[in-house]
Amino acid sequence: MPTSLIEGESLLAVDVGATQTRAVLFDVVEGCYRFVAIGQAPTTAEAPFRDIGIGVREAITNIEGVTGRVFLNRERTLISPSQPDGSGADAFAAIHSAGPAIRVAMVGLLADVSVESARRLVETTYCRVVETLSLSDTRRAEQQIDALLRARPELVVVAGGTDGGASRSIRNMLETVGMACFATPGEKRPIILFTGNQKLNEDVQALMKDLTPALNFSPNVRPSLETEDLEPAARELAGLVTVARRAQLRGVEELETWSKGHILPASYAMGRMIRFLGQLTGAEGGVLGVDLGASACTIAAGFNGKLSLHTYPQFGLGENLGNLLQHTSLEDVLRWLTLDIPAATVREYLVQKAIHPSTLPASVSDYTIAQAIARQNLHLSLRAARRDFPAEARALRPELTPFFDLIIAGGGALADAPTLGQGLLLLLDAVQPVGVTHIMLDRNNLLPLLGVSAAQNNLLPVQILESGALENLGTVVSPLGSASYGAGVLRVKLTGANKNETIVEVKAGGIEVLPLGPGESAQLAIQTVGRVDAGFGPGRGKTVTVSGGSLGVIIDARGRPFAFSTDAVRRSELMKKWLWTLGG
Amino acid sequence: MLAPVTHILPLTTIQRERLLPVRGLVQARLGQRVSATDVVAEGRWAREHTLVDVARKLGVSSAAADRLIRLKIGDDVPANALIAASGGMFPREVRAPREGRVLAVGGGQILFEIGEVNVQVRAGMPGVVTQIVPERGVQIQTAGALIQGVWGNGRIEMGLMINLMDSPEMVLETGRLDMSLRGSVLLAGHCPNAETLQAAAELPVRGLILSSMHPAAIATALQMRYPILVTDGFGRLPMNASAYRLLSTNAKRDVTVNAELFDRYSGARPEAIIPLPITQEPPIAEDLAAFESGQVVRLRAEPRRGAIASIVKIHTGLQTLPSGLRAPCADVRLEGGELALVPLANLEVVG
Repeated sequence: MPTSLIEGESLLAVDVGATQTRAVLFDVVEGCYRFVAIGQAPTTAEAPFRDIGIGVREAITNIEGVTGRVFLNRERTLISPSQPDGSGADAFAAIHSAGPAIRVAMVGLLADVSVESARRLVETTYCRVVETLSLSDTRRAEQQIDALLRARPELVVVAGGTDGGASRSIRNMLETVGMACFATPGEKRPIILFTGNQKLNEDVQALMKDLTPALNFSPNVRPSLETEDLEPAARELAGLVTVARRAQLRGVEELETWSKGHILPASYAMGRMIRFLGQLTGAEGGVLGVDLGASACTIAAGFNGKLSLHTYPQFGLGENLGNLLQHTSLEDVLRWLTLDIPAATVREYLVQKAIHPSTLPASVSDYTIAQAIARQNLHLSLRAARRDFPAEARALRPELTPFFDLIIAGGGALADAPTLGQGLLLLLDAVQPVGVTHIMLDRNNLLPLLGVSAAQNNLLPVQILESGALENLGTVVSPLGSASYGAGVLRVKLTGANKNETIVEVKAGGIEVLPLGPGESAQLAIQTVGRVDAGFGPGRGKTVTVSGGSLGVIIDARGRPFAFSTDAVRRSELMKKWLWTLGG
Repeated sequence: MLAPVTHILPLTTIQRERLLPVRGLVQARLGQRVSATDVVAEGRWAREHTLVDVARKLGVSSAAADRLIRLKIGDDVPANALIAASGGMFPREVRAPREGRVLAVGGGQILFEIGEVNVQVRAGMPGVVTQIVPERGVQIQTAGALIQGVWGNGRIEMGLMINLMDSPEMVLETGRLDMSLRGSVLLAGHCPNAETLQAAAELPVRGLILSSMHPAAIATALQMRYPILVTDGFGRLPMNASAYRLLSTNAKRDVTVNAELFDRYSGARPEAIIPLPITQEPPIAEDLAAFESGQVVRLRAEPRRGAIASIVKIHTGLQTLPSGLRAPCADVRLEGGELALVPLANLEVVG
């Protein structure tokens, strides 16, 4: 058992989500950090409260009820550090995803170079692009000024110019931004992040400093044409999103004080952990984190220490659902339904859920709709994120999900599913992993909390992960081939530690489950039929060591991408059968 | 647990802030009695901008152009007015392309504001101005019935309310809209399509108070120049019993329909206000509540979405719902007497 290097440092972490606020206590138990308890309350960002602090205190009060420990004093302020009577916490950290997406204008030179880098940067957190200026923009300067004024950005991200490269064009564009800022009433002026040609920093300072409430600089996202370096700018942007949230929501400032600045957007904190896990496991195939929540769908993919982080507020399951049909067709949502539900009912659900994002699908029918929407949104998010995965991401075909050794799934739709099988099937349907993948479920959304805590205590995340705080669902094997439904694709033999053998012939179009409990590992001999590829090359088999989980070893032979039956009744029957195979 | 609140009240004191999005001029004064459509604050800003690059047009440096520019910030300039002229044997001139006002001068360029957009904030309800927010707007207070809805199309109007509903389930057909309803606010049940909204616009009506609307009609509703207030939601829903009773018993009274867009962060909600005479100021409606037994609530999601009920018991711990989800729940008694287990997240307090 690893030994803690820190004696008794407790950490209280708070996650202010779009609909729920969670307070989580990590503390040292028998020499190691453990996830001790969680308290939950509705988020109070919206009217009539308009103060996230109310929900935070409510969640902390709930954790006080669970643990019997006191964290708030009579003035309802955090007690920190912990006191000799056991009250309080030694450290505090916070993440946030509540609030409307930050309105961002992107400015760059070349549409497919610096503007693309700016887009990838902006996608690392909860932003919505409302205007883009680039050299390929044929509008006159005054038209660009009017467009910026109409778009009312809260944040302007300026990229462009390699270090020591072009400066005149970027200066001209900055003048346009400056004039738009000048024409904007003082209290509405946007924050500016300059992440372009570093040679221009002084000029930018001189030109813009009086025209914005906050002018920030980060290293160039595009130091050369061939190189993109998003991380330093993403770190700066994460801080600026908190600044923008401070202007939007009451209570953020208090959390900044309590946490001594250890406060991050949830997506960035999650990305930090996925990058870390990618490095820690040395996973050849990468690590994927998905967080499907009310505010956004976040996709974080780590490949050999490189992180590809994407946050899509338009695919969140809350207030943005009213606009979902601008991004997908209703038919593509309907194909995931397991019950015969009229299209009009689904459309009504989308609008109604956008009005009341915190409501729960209480009926079977509503839950079926919610699951269908969740599948489609996660599917769309991954498809959008995939185009920016680095070259290290190996995929059998460009349109398929790259190989991931580990997938960690979180967010309400996945973590709160009534059964583990439902959560897993949602994930498999939407992500459609290829090859051999281990799946973990983050039922308490701990991953981003560990990400923000890591800056204060780098031992804590490691020990919490080792403690089994995330639920191991099992290992999924997803072969690829062109076999017709019902034809044999794989023959697998699972040999456990006690030498017990389970042999299964796997047929195309089905799912098979081999029992292997959490904490157990076994040898899985995979033999392919014909040219089927289970991740080792067409027609090649292999024996691999697999870890078990709550659901065991799952062979998903439905094909990639799996084809939907055009017959709605048949499709629905198949989906029910797959769910039944995974335990219902 | 903290509870969201929807106001459906027969008599209450209503206070509302009416503010400009940016600084402007407050038109009302403290203590002034206003009607719903009175302008209480006004702001102006440029419709568009024009940038003139004087340095480039004169072929001189930016610094030289700045010296030659004859205008200063705030100058009103007619079209074709002289902006700058160079000297020498072949002097060149730069003239204003359009009528406008100088917003900025520098770097050899001039930025003009062209035209004006006038943004007016209306009172939204009849009442008395009880507070002035300098350069932004006012707070207005009135007494009357208050019915909050879930969706509005962003318009405000006042008029005599005519009740077309013979039951909370009524569906508004275009055939019900005749010339006798012209200039009225209609209490009108479920709207099944966009054509019905168009037919109401052609009369024209002064407003529609609907129980529900087909989602396909949203785009048309947003284009209508009269206010549309939806009390219960989208899909075919009856009007909740509390709102139906209150609105139908106040038919033939003047009603203000402030169908402002729902903004969950600012708290702006579409609502209907029926001003009523009072002898004593009624209490102000509370926006904050915690769930407790005996409260009147409305169901915000299926099953029985929109139904009014009362809380019988709040369960401790989590309960399992028919969907399989586990959540904090309450037993509620629906108006028909039926008991139902409902997650607290799907309830809002009516009061």
